[in-house]
Amino acid sequence: MTEIAVSANPASAQYIQGLADDALVYAQRLGEWISRGPQIEEDMALANIGLDLLGQARALLTRVGQLDGTGRSEDDLAYFRDEREFRNVHLVEQERDGFGHEMARLLWFSAYQHELYAGLRRSEDEVLAGVAGKALKEVSYHRDHAAQWVLRLGDGTEESHERMQSGLDSVQPYVAELFEDSPAAVAAVEQGIGVLPSSLEPEATAFVRQFVGQATLTLPEAPRWRARGGRDGIHSRPMGYLLAEMQHIARSHPGARW
Amino acid sequence: MSERTPEAERSWPLWEVFVRGKRGLSHVHVGSLHAPDAAMALRNARDVYTRRQEGVSLWVVRAADITASSPDERDSFFDPAADKVYRHPTFYDVPEDVEYL
Repeated sequence: MTEIAVSANPASAQYIQGLADDALVYAQRLGEWISRGPQIEEDMALANIGLDLLGQARALLTRVGQLDGTGRSEDDLAYFRDEREFRNVHLVEQERDGFGHEMARLLWFSAYQHELYAGLRRSEDEVLAGVAGKALKEVSYHRDHAAQWVLRLGDGTEESHERMQSGLDSVQPYVAELFEDSPAAVAAVEQGIGVLPSSLEPEATAFVRQFVGQATLTLPEAPRWRARGGRDGIHSRPMGYLLAEMQHIARSHPGARW
Repeated sequence: MSERTPEAERSWPLWEVFVRGKRGLSHVHVGSLHAPDAAMALRNARDVYTRRQEGVSLWVVRAADITASSPDERDSFFDPAADKVYRHPTFYDVPEDVEYL
């Protein structure tokens, strides 16, 4: 293993933290599907996807702890930060709803992550580039899983079509935030470490649009309101409950080990 | 799917899963699962049966499409082979200098 630079770089630390928190928080939400999927096979599929995201979050949070100058571990960052210190987008923190809603959310999120990691393979941060190379294969599978379900539900029965469309509709206000150029992202791009979120939008949207069309569904028009603030640590109501569930064991028993 | 029983509409059909562990080996039956169609069966098989690097190739087959021998036919199918020792290649003298036989 070659020597990896660990000199403090707060701007890129904040950018990577956004990516890490997206993965961590969505892993938590996907874990909720275990025992609640339409079949045990689907419990397994969503749990696997959640575990892939958790693995990405672990590697990225470890990198954040090196770059932000605090020396915090992945566990310190996951379990001992409060809501305002999380930088994830609102899309991933929204409460679990029906299966159609989850497939709409997974389709958008994995389409976004796919373009993101494809770009980050050329990051000048070698840890980030390494994580991206591995994660791209995982995310290709997540994207395919969501697309397969959107096709079947959209072009299935009248009821499945209606529920899938309603999933796409309720996810839409949360999509724009994924492609917003936060100051941290702009700074990371200037250092050759990040990719500009807005540059990912055309490809990701084209992927979603292709499958939504094939599934006889409609991509909603621009919504009247849109979520914002996640990258600045401003979150929506479900976030506090999610953190309480995710963090309470670690906080009740600090330093506990398996 | 042509023949739809009420039961098939309530539940996804059963698929048998075969995994090839590595190149050169045969696909081996590892178990079964439910899926709405072949493409999803393959994906479910990937998630359920290859998550610990068990394989490099997967087959899925609708369980209903497999024709199996029946336990009732076991005697007539398999027992007659029991006393045909001459079907085994054991009646040859192997020369001493032949290795690996």
